[in-house]
Formats: sequence, structure tokens, C-alpha cells
Amino acid sequence: MTRTALPEPAALASAVSARDRLALAQALNLLDDRRPPARQCAAAFLDALPAEKQESGGHLIGITGPPGAGKSSLTASLIQVWRRRGLNVAILAVDPSSPISGGALLGDRLRMHASGADREVFIRSLACRGEFGGLSAEVWPMSLAMLAAFDIVLVETVGVGQKEIDVSKMTDTTCFVAQPASGDSIQFLKAGIMEIPHVIVVNKEDIGMAARKTLSELKTTLGRRTDADGWQAPALSASAALGSGIEALADALDSHRQWLLARGQFTARRRRCQAEWLVKHLREEFGRHGINRLGGETVLFVELANAPRRSPIAAYEDLRARILPHS
Amino acid sequence: MTPPIKRDKPWLMRTYSGHSSAKASNELYRTNLSKGQTGLSVAFDLPTQTGYDADHPLARGEVGKVGVPICNIGDMAALFDQIPLGQMNTSMTINAPAAWLLALYVAVAERQGATPAQLQGTTQNDILKEYLSRGTYIFPPQPSVRLITDIIAYTVKHIPKWNPTNICSYHLQEAGATPTQELAYALSTAIAILDAVRDSGQIGAEGFEQVVGRISFFVNAGIRFIEETCKMRAFGEMWDELAAQRYGAESEEMRRFRYGVQVNSLGLTEAQPENNVQRIVLEMLGVTLSKKARARALQLPAWNEALGLPRPWDQQWALRMQQVLAFETDLLEYGDIFDGSPVIAAKVKALVDGATQEMARVQEQGGMVPAIESGYVKRQLVTSHTERMRAIERGDLKIVGLNCYRETEESPLTGGVDSGIMKVDPRAEREQIERLNAFRAQRNATEVKAALANLAETARSGANIMPASILCAHSGVTTGEWSQILRDIFGEYRAPTGIDIPANDDSRGARAVAIRTQVAQTGEELGRPLRLLIGKPGLDGHSNGAEQIAVKGRDVGFEIVYEGIRLTPEQIAKAALEEGVHLIGLSVLSGSHVEMVEDVFNQLDQVGLKGLPVVIGGIIPESDAALLKERGIAAVYTPKDIDMNGIMVDILNLIRKNHDLPPVAAI
Ligand code: B12
Ligand SMILES: Nc1nc2c(ncn2[C@@H]2O[C@H](COP(=O)(O)OP(=O)(O)OP(=O)(O)O)[C@@H](O)[C@H]2O)c(=O)[nH]1
Ligand SMILES: [Mg+2]
Repeated sequence: MTRTALPEPAALASAVSARDRLALAQALNLLDDRRPPARQCAAAFLDALPAEKQESGGHLIGITGPPGAGKSSLTASLIQVWRRRGLNVAILAVDPSSPISGGALLGDRLRMHASGADREVFIRSLACRGEFGGLSAEVWPMSLAMLAAFDIVLVETVGVGQKEIDVSKMTDTTCFVAQPASGDSIQFLKAGIMEIPHVIVVNKEDIGMAARKTLSELKTTLGRRTDADGWQAPALSASAALGSGIEALADALDSHRQWLLARGQFTARRRRCQAEWLVKHLREEFGRHGINRLGGETVLFVELANAPRRSPIAAYEDLRARILPHS
Repeated sequence: MTPPIKRDKPWLMRTYSGHSSAKASNELYRTNLSKGQTGLSVAFDLPTQTGYDADHPLARGEVGKVGVPICNIGDMAALFDQIPLGQMNTSMTINAPAAWLLALYVAVAERQGATPAQLQGTTQNDILKEYLSRGTYIFPPQPSVRLITDIIAYTVKHIPKWNPTNICSYHLQEAGATPTQELAYALSTAIAILDAVRDSGQIGAEGFEQVVGRISFFVNAGIRFIEETCKMRAFGEMWDELAAQRYGAESEEMRRFRYGVQVNSLGLTEAQPENNVQRIVLEMLGVTLSKKARARALQLPAWNEALGLPRPWDQQWALRMQQVLAFETDLLEYGDIFDGSPVIAAKVKALVDGATQEMARVQEQGGMVPAIESGYVKRQLVTSHTERMRAIERGDLKIVGLNCYRETEESPLTGGVDSGIMKVDPRAEREQIERLNAFRAQRNATEVKAALANLAETARSGANIMPASILCAHSGVTTGEWSQILRDIFGEYRAPTGIDIPANDDSRGARAVAIRTQVAQTGEELGRPLRLLIGKPGLDGHSNGAEQIAVKGRDVGFEIVYEGIRLTPEQIAKAALEEGVHLIGLSVLSGSHVEMVEDVFNQLDQVGLKGLPVVIGGIIPESDAALLKERGIAAVYTPKDIDMNGIMVDILNLIRKNHDLPPVAAI
């Protein structure tokens, strides 16, 4: 036995919902814990979180883009805007880990330092441990825990190209940060290799020409295209260094949330996030073959959309059990 | 009778000093001058260097520790009491608030009856290297460059004998730089600054040669003194060419590479500290032997450098080393003894070529400022320092008494009531705060307010910051007030840590692999990967140790949270909670470890993390180590602990112990 005794799930859930910071930290540790008893405890904890927050509360935002585009710096600026608007903010920052040592330097936190000692801001870093296509499998369950306590939950991941921006499927709203003078994102969008994010922002507008050029190229590429739901993504320009364009960015992110709410799509999208997580997870573990055993992706998504709400961990274990041959 | 031999004039001899209070430091300066020291070199305490008054919460534990606290013109006047500034040559190691300290200096000189034109000395005023090594930056790079530029433009016009900036390669070597890197980054910094002065339009084309001529350098000299001699010659050649070609300086006088030196301290050891004396003497040779490339000013560390602050006697010993070299040996009787040596010429060329290439890489990235902002330069330094540390650990880089010839008799030097180091009067902080309050009470509040409003207006308008700062000085503004106005307008900055470098080859070595396996194994036993928070509380900017521990930790498989220097204990506790770390490692070298540990423990209690293991490393005297352990610190490390793998095993076992797991077998 080790001294990390497992917490009592219901008590932990109510402490987290009451915005107890220590409880949230413990919950995140629990959701990171891979030992079987901890998984069970984590499932019970997630189930005990209030349903309303999980289904329609807060705003879960993904921020992604190529390395060094300024995602963390923009996040720091956004935090300030949100704090001024009276919102509290939790961040999940996913950092790549070292392929050699498995160790990691969790560097995003440094750039987000602007939050200082503010207790209404909570930042957890996560090493992307070389799995789950650039994302970390813990992101979704941890987002749920954070949503129970914070108004805004933002997930930072590195990525261009579809596989890497899978985070967009597990958030309400995805913001793609483009690097000025780098054509990559534009090419990916053009070629349809990358799905259209909900908000695109060209950062570093302080450098001038190059940023303006990238913005106009992006606008041309996007044209009047909309995503599958009919949302038309705005392309904005900002500078984390100068603090310019940040209010507008925060507004654009919120407009997408309002848009989902107004059309009654918000909860459906949240449910879809969990379904995406489950399917991605299954695909990682069992490949297409496993998904086919459950009737294929289309069937599975329909099934999940209509299933009663339950914790992702418990839901996953059920699906897993259905794939694994009974012995 | 033989005619007297003609000897060159020796260099300026200085001792870098200051402590406790302006009054105590003034006494020290006057004693030093009476011992034959020929210039003053002022060390400020960390609150002053980072623009805080003594009563600011961040100043706690740091007031008067590593230098003198200067909060206002009253302190500055006391510092130079009975020292006629019209005749003195004063070097001030001040950077982010350099304009402010220069303003105070000018104001005090004026009160003494001297004119600005008489003043001689140096403000270090190289804020770019603060981001890379020294750590006392405040504002982002752009406004920092503007401040440097303003001081240069102002002094060239009004204080013509002043050296407005000392471009520093000294600190880069202390952060691990190779000679090539020192050359490349110092000269790239000079380019960034001279370009900025030119582009600011404050000095016309006719006067620009004058500006080039006022640029001086502050360089390091390590133990490899032949190579260092060559480095100095390389500096001279490269600067001459740069001044002529890029800035069109025609007169040879204006193109001369003028430099001061502090010899290397990074290689001075805690183990068998008496050996540092020979190291310091040898290091001094590298910057004095070659007449052509001889230092203008020299300051030496003391034998007890790695133990703590030097006492007056230790500093006297260091000064005497210079005096013996200058006055007893025949060094100053000859011309350059290296001219014509093919060996030296070849080495110089190799250094010049290497540095030229690296400078080109910096220019490709848009120059020194962007290369600093992107973290490139800092990563290069951390990489070099990591290689150095690994070489020491392996034993390839021999350091006598540290990783070879370790057997020793007991040292008579480190005994005594003070254990061989200077202890700062613990009342210094409180007394400084009292003086500050008294000063605030007697000044004219309306005048202060007007002077600050004028400063804010100047900062926003882009006009030269000096006149407004001198007005502030006379009006009784404090260091904290001056800085806060600029903080509000310019913003504050956190520099890249540079630790995001690829894993070193040693991390594939057998021992590192074995540790990594155990780290991963323990992670599995505890359910999740092991996480360390490396924290630097307080104003201390010594980041080398923290960086090396962070990189090593990553290389043996820990997940590392490191947010750079100057965190409050509150921020450290907050990060430990949010990140769910298994252990906190603090690093404190500035002497404020007792206060910092107390505050960190209090904060951990408050967030509910009582019992989380905390270790500490840095300059921690043995008696304090015992005290810290009593307070709950799990382990203390000092510079003699060079077995980084061993430290990692300790940390792993502390985490295991905290979770009731047995220790891993020795690795
Ligand atoms: C290099 C150096 C600098 C460099 C720092 C570069 C950098 N970015 O780190 C520069 C030149 C910039 C510098 C500046 C100053 N320095 Co200095 N510096 C040193 C020096 C020579 C070596 C320190 C070092 O980097 N060693 C190499 C690293 C790897 O060793 P380390 O930090 O000790 O770490 C080892 C262990 O201690 C341990 N460890 C350390 N931290 C941690 C953390 C954890 C978690 C663990 C497990 C282990 C661990 O593991 C490491 C491996 O062996 C020391 C004297 C000495 N020889 O030790 C003085 C020294 C620390 N400096 C000193 C002073 C006073 C200053 C200044 C404040 C002077 C001034 N008044 O302006 C300035 C300002 C710095 C600031 N902003 O705070 C004093 C401090 C006095 C005191 N404590 O009483 C010292 C002791 C010199 C002296 N005798 O006066 N300095
Ligand atoms: N000029 C300019 N530089 C910026 C701006 N925002 C960020 N940067 C710089 O860009 C670099 C990367 O910034 P980060 O915020 O760490 O970028 P990131 O996308 O989070 O990076 P990773 O997480 O490492 O992929 C840093 O050197 C920042 O100082 C901006 O608005 N203008
Ligand atoms: Mg980032």
C-alpha cells in the first residue's frame, strides 16, 4: 500500500464543484492515475459531478497551431480579458515529451505566467506521452473535471494537419493560431487536410507586413466556407506582445458558443466530444477492427449520441468489454 | 646609475563591493581606497537592481545582502560621503534601473559641487545579457534597448568621460558560454545597441564615432589562460573591424577595444577553497600578459567565492594579487610578447572564424534581440553549460579538489566564528526600511508627484529618460517609485529559460538509463509519471543550478515544471498544487534561503500541501543546512555535489519514502 490513498469519489466531486482548488488538483491527479482501482474511483468521481455543468456549462475551448505560433502567449492575454469580464479560467497545457527519456519539460506554464498568483486561474500541464495523436488521453476527462469548477476551460495543444488538431473534436470551440509567413496552415486548409477551426487568428500582428499578408491569404482561402454545422469561421489578427486584438478574439470565441446555444446544438456537441474521445481511444487500442466489431463508426456514433450520460471512463470500459472476446 | 626602467601604467584596480547599508558601504570604500585601490565598483542589493524599495514584499530577505540598498538620493549621498565624485572613477553594476542610479549619481555630484562633465565611471547598462544570464531585467527587450540608448545619447552629450554601457560577455561565460560564444554574443549585443542608438536619431552622423568610442566591454577570463589571451586579441580585432566597417569609425582611438575584467568564478570551488587562489592568479594572466589586449580595469573574486560573501580581508588578499603582478613582476616593462607568434595567431583566427559564423546565425534571425526573444541564444548557453557539467561529472574536465585529488587536510581558512565568510548584519533590512520611511516622511509630496508625472510623460513620449530621472532624484523619488512608473508603461517580462534543449549524449549512458528505468517504475507504482517542480523563490537570478537540475531531471525521465527566476513563494506553492508535483526542488544562491524556505513552507501549508517533500540547492553554509533540515527540508545540496545522477537517485528515493515505498538499490 502506498500513502496515496484513493479519495472518496462523491466527496471529491462536491468539493470540486464547490471550486476547492486542492480538490481539483487531487481530482486531476486521480484522472492521471492508471492503476485499476484508481480508474474505478475516477469513473465514480466523474459520474458524481453535476450533470448540468458537464452537458451545457461553461465554455470548453481548444487552442492549437504550429509550434511557437504564440498559443501560450495568446492564452495569457485571453486570461486577462476573461478575468476582467469576471470569468474564472482553467487551462490544460499539453506539451510534447522527450522521445528519448520519456521525461518532459512543461514549458507552456512559463508563457502563461501573467496569471501570477490569481486563485481564479488554474493551470495544469500535461505531457503528451507520445500517444493519442498529439493529444493526451487524459485531456477529455480532465476537461470535465475543470468544467465543474471553472467558467472557461482552455486546452492548448500543438498541431497543424488533421490528426494533430483532433483536439478540435473534443472542445466546444476551436481556435487555430496561425504563424505569420508560414504557408503550412493555409495549404492544409486548402487541401482539406485540416478541418476548419471555429476561429482562426494570425498572431504577431506587431511584426507588420508578413502578418497582414497571411491574414489576407487565410481570408481568401476560407472564402464563404462553413463547417458541417453551418458556422462560418472568422479570421482575426492579434498580437499577444502588444495585447491587441485580444478582446475581439475573446468575443469571437464566445460568439461561437452563443451560436451553438442559440441553435440548441451546444449539448449535442458536448456529447459528440465524448463520443469522439471514446472512438479515438478505441481506435488507438483496437484499430479499425475493434470499431467494426461494434458495428462501425457511423453506427457507434449514433448509439453514443443517444446513450444516457455517463463518465467517459465507465463508458469506455463497457465498450472495451464488448470488443474483447469473453473468456 | 642605471636609468629607471620605463614601466606601463597599471590597470585600474577595483574590488566589487557593497553591503548592508549606504553608510557601512561608504566606510568600506574609504578603507579600500586607503589600501591603494584606484577606483570604486559598487555592488547593489537585489531589490535595488530589480527596482524595488526595501519595504516591497519581494524584497524580503534580500535587503543589503549581496550589495548596498539604494532607495533614494539620501542613500546615494551617504554612499559617497567624503568621496569627491568629481575626482573618483566609479563603476556601477546596474542594469534595468541604470538610468535611475546614474541620475542619483549625477544629483549627488551636483550637490557636492561637481559638474556632470567632470564625472568618470561606468554604468553596466547592458540589459540584453540580463535576459541570458544575470537575471536583473525588468522590462521587455524593446523598452530596455531604449533605456540603454537614452543613457548613451545623454552621456555622450553631457557626461563625455562616462562609459555609458559595458557590454558584458563576463556573465555569459558564467552561464556556461564558450570563448566563441562569448565573442559572438557580446559583439552581436554591441551591434544591437549601436544600431538602436543610430536609429533613435538622438545623435547625428558626425557625432556617431564618439558613440562608438564610448562603448566599453566587461569580459571574463577563465582558467585556460592561453586561449583567453587569444580571445582578448580576437575581441580587439573584431571590434576594430566592426567599428570601422559597420559604423565608419575612422580614428584608431575610437575603434580601440576597451574592456574591464572580472575573472572567472564559475570554476572556483567549494571543495578545497584555498586552490581558488592559484586559479584566480592564473586567470588574471589571460587578460594582462598581452599588452595589446590588456584589460583597463580588473576586479578579482576571493578565495572563498563558492562559500559565501567575502570579508574585507578576503578582498584585500584579492587586491594584493593584482598589486604583486603589477608592481613586483616585470610584466609592465615589455611590449606585446605575443606578436609574431604563429601559435597565437592561429588560435586567434580560429576564434574569430567561429565567432563570425555564430554572429551570422544571429543576424539571420534578425539580430540579437529576436534571437534572445525566441530563446535561441539562451538554449545555446544552456547546452554549453550542460556539456561542461557532464564533463565534470564524468571526470573528463578535471577540477583539482573537486573531481580529482580530493583527499585533503583540514583547512585552517574555513574555521573561526564566521566560518570564513562575511555575515550580513540581520538588522540591515529593518534599519533600511526605517530610513526609507523617515525619508518619505520629510520629502515634499507635491514635488514628488510632479516629478513622477513628468517621468511618465517622458516615458510615453519617447523623449530621453535622463533629464526626467535626474529631476526625480532631486525631488526625492524612490527607486521603487521610479521603476513602478516604467513598469506600468513598458510592462514586465519573463525571459526564456533555454532548458528546452535536446537530450545530451550522456543521457544514453548506462547509469542514466538505469535511473530512468527506476523513475518510470516508481511512476507506475504511484500511478502516474513523476513530476518535479524546480522553483527559484525571491529575487535571486542565479539560474544555472536550477537549469542544470531541470535538464538532468528531464533526461532521467521526470516531468519538469520550471518557470524561471524570481517567483514568489506564493506562486511556487500555487504551481505545486496545480501541477500535482511529487517533490519541490528550490534553488537559492543569493543568501536568502532561510527566509525563502520559511515562506515556501507557509504557503504550502496554506494551499493544503503540507508534507510534500522539499529539497534545496545553492550556496548554503553548513550551519544553515542543519537549520533548514530542522525546519523540514528533506535534503540540501551545494556546489560540491557534482554527481547529478546521484542527486536524481536521492530525489527518487525521497519521493518513494514519502509514499512508503522502500528505496531503490544504489544505481
Ligand atoms: C555563476 C555565478 C553568477 C552568474 C549567474 C549566471 C546564472 N544565470 O546562473 C552571474 C555572473 C550572473 C552572477 C551574478 C551575481 N552573483 Co553570482 N555567482 C556565481 C557563482 C560563481 C557560481 C554559481 C553557479 O552557477 N554554479 C554552477 C551551478 C551548476 O552550481 P550550483 O547552482 O551551486 O548548483 C549545484 C548545487 O548547488 C546543487 N543545486 C543548486 N540548485 C539546486 C536545486 C535543486 C532542486 C537541487 C536538487 C540541487 C541544486 O546542484 C548543482 C550541481 O552541483 C557563485 C559562486 C560559486 N562558485 O558557487 C556566485 C555567487 C552565487 N554569486 C553571488 C552574488 C552576490 C551575485 C550577485 C548578486 C552580485 C551582485 N551584487 O550583483 C550577482 C547578481 C545575480 C542575481 N541576479 O541574483 C554570491 C552569493 C553570495 C551569498 N549567497 O551570500 C556568490 C556565492 C559569489 C560570492 N561569494 O560572492 N553570479
Ligand atoms: N512578436 C511577437 N512575438 C510573439 C507574440 N506572441 C508570442 N510571441 C513569441 O513567440 C514565441 C513563442 O510563443 P509561445 O506563446 O510560447 O508560443 P506557443 O505557440 O505556445 O509555443 P509552443 O507551445 O512551444 O508550441 C515566444 O518567443 C514569444 O515571445 C506576438 O504577439 N508578437
Ligand atoms: Mg505553448
